[in-house]
Amino acid sequence: MGEILSLPFMQRALLGGILVGILASYYGVFIVQRGLSFLGSGLAHAAFGGVALGLLLGAEPLWVAAIFTIVVALGIAWVRLRTNLGGDTTIGIFFAVSMALGIVFLFMRKEYTNDAFAYLFGSILSVTERDLWMTAIVCVLSLFSWPLWKRWSYATFDRELAQSDRLPVVRDDYYLSILIAITVVAAIKVVGIVLIAAFLVIPAATARLMSPTFRLMTILSVLTGVVSAVCGLFLSYYLDVPSGATIILLQAALFVSAMILKTLFRHKA
Amino acid sequence: MSEPAIRIDHLHVRFDEYYVLQDIHAEIQEESFVAIVGPNGAGKSTLLRTLLGLVIPTEGNVTIFGKEPRNVPADRIGYVPQIKTMDRSFPAQSIELVLTGLNRRWPWTKSKEDYEKALAALEKVGAAHLAKRALSKLSGGELQRVCLARSIVRQPRLVMLDEPATGIDAVGEADMYRDLELYRREAKATVVMITHDWHVAMHHADRVLLINQKQISFDAPSVALSEENLRRAFGHIGHEHGLLSLVKSNG
Repeated sequence: MGEILSLPFMQRALLGGILVGILASYYGVFIVQRGLSFLGSGLAHAAFGGVALGLLLGAEPLWVAAIFTIVVALGIAWVRLRTNLGGDTTIGIFFAVSMALGIVFLFMRKEYTNDAFAYLFGSILSVTERDLWMTAIVCVLSLFSWPLWKRWSYATFDRELAQSDRLPVVRDDYYLSILIAITVVAAIKVVGIVLIAAFLVIPAATARLMSPTFRLMTILSVLTGVVSAVCGLFLSYYLDVPSGATIILLQAALFVSAMILKTLFRHKA
Repeated sequence: MSEPAIRIDHLHVRFDEYYVLQDIHAEIQEESFVAIVGPNGAGKSTLLRTLLGLVIPTEGNVTIFGKEPRNVPADRIGYVPQIKTMDRSFPAQSIELVLTGLNRRWPWTKSKEDYEKALAALEKVGAAHLAKRALSKLSGGELQRVCLARSIVRQPRLVMLDEPATGIDAVGEADMYRDLELYRREAKATVVMITHDWHVAMHHADRVLLINQKQISFDAPSVALSEENLRRAFGHIGHEHGLLSLVKSNG
């Protein structure tokens, strides 16, 4: 174990995994409880469009993806507020348009697109210092935004009740969308675009099964996210299998365990 | 004469090109209990949402205690929403919902002082035993009492209720109105309630505003409800077998 941890790439992978585990599972509780599980997929595919644009421009793909995904996240929030379209419809439109743009950008690049596929499936062991910086920035922003947990939670429970109590629900929603968008981009290297949605949904859903309060749901979700990221990383190293997929499968195993435990307790009660 | 609790002057509310409320005028005095009644789609809920500051008037003015609704300190108004629109799958205990009435935030921690205030509010509505119960495990009547506790925990001068009897049984409804009346007397509060239930309007409110076709078509003490007045207010007799027979049965 000590030997593995002495490897610089493993240190970066571990730190990246833990930070992304905290972020994705923290914001996941709002996504799951608001019934917006599809949002993770939508933003991940928006990030694909951004990565492709970054590759086309020859700029750092993740930073371009961050801006692109924020714009899409704000667009989704804006259309949802301005129209009576359902959340899944709005996300579906942005999802498809972003993917289409990504494909066009890659086509325009006219070069071998192997690096684009690396973003699709993730490569936690190739997490760079620059990637960690982006994750660290989101962590600092989230830390400063910690007091907003109480407002986001209140609006998650009942949006109109929170508005009647003079909370700036619309402004808070836009800010939450921005933080979720950057979290999605920060998670690309760890789990890959294809699997990010699971990282946002499974820990929170697992915690939901075990929690009588939203506070406990938040704590358990973050614990599930971190434990699965750390254990999944080591497991993937020893089994020599892709790390992102291993983390998600471990999360799925925790979810199934929670389901079984809940069922057993219900029968005993 | 003192400033009314609520003054509605020449209020119009339009969504896109469609008017939901047209030229509403009313004054509601402090310590009164006013029921706003009317058929579905009449604009009752829009009026309540305007009073709460959630809808901006297209024309006209609304003031509460002399201020625009958005500028009234939130602790002066208690709001009881319709329980049928609440997310009861949300993982929460009753006491947490009551605490939102106190702090206007979802609680992460509970101070002893806040906890005791919330518990006292639950006690007032006979629901202290529900403090630790999950929202998903409450009956309609129990949830309504918790919502009432949430609205009165901040000791508001104005309580607004949106269809408070929807989804609860007759016993739960009677308990809820008894607790509401007790609070109104004790705190000398004003109560404004949206309801489609004429029984409730006649028995609990001291004044009834009937909204029909986007306008107030009847505004009088509840004792003035009569067949003739309702016929005038609705402008037709389509409700004869419903509302009018109800009035007849209530004398």
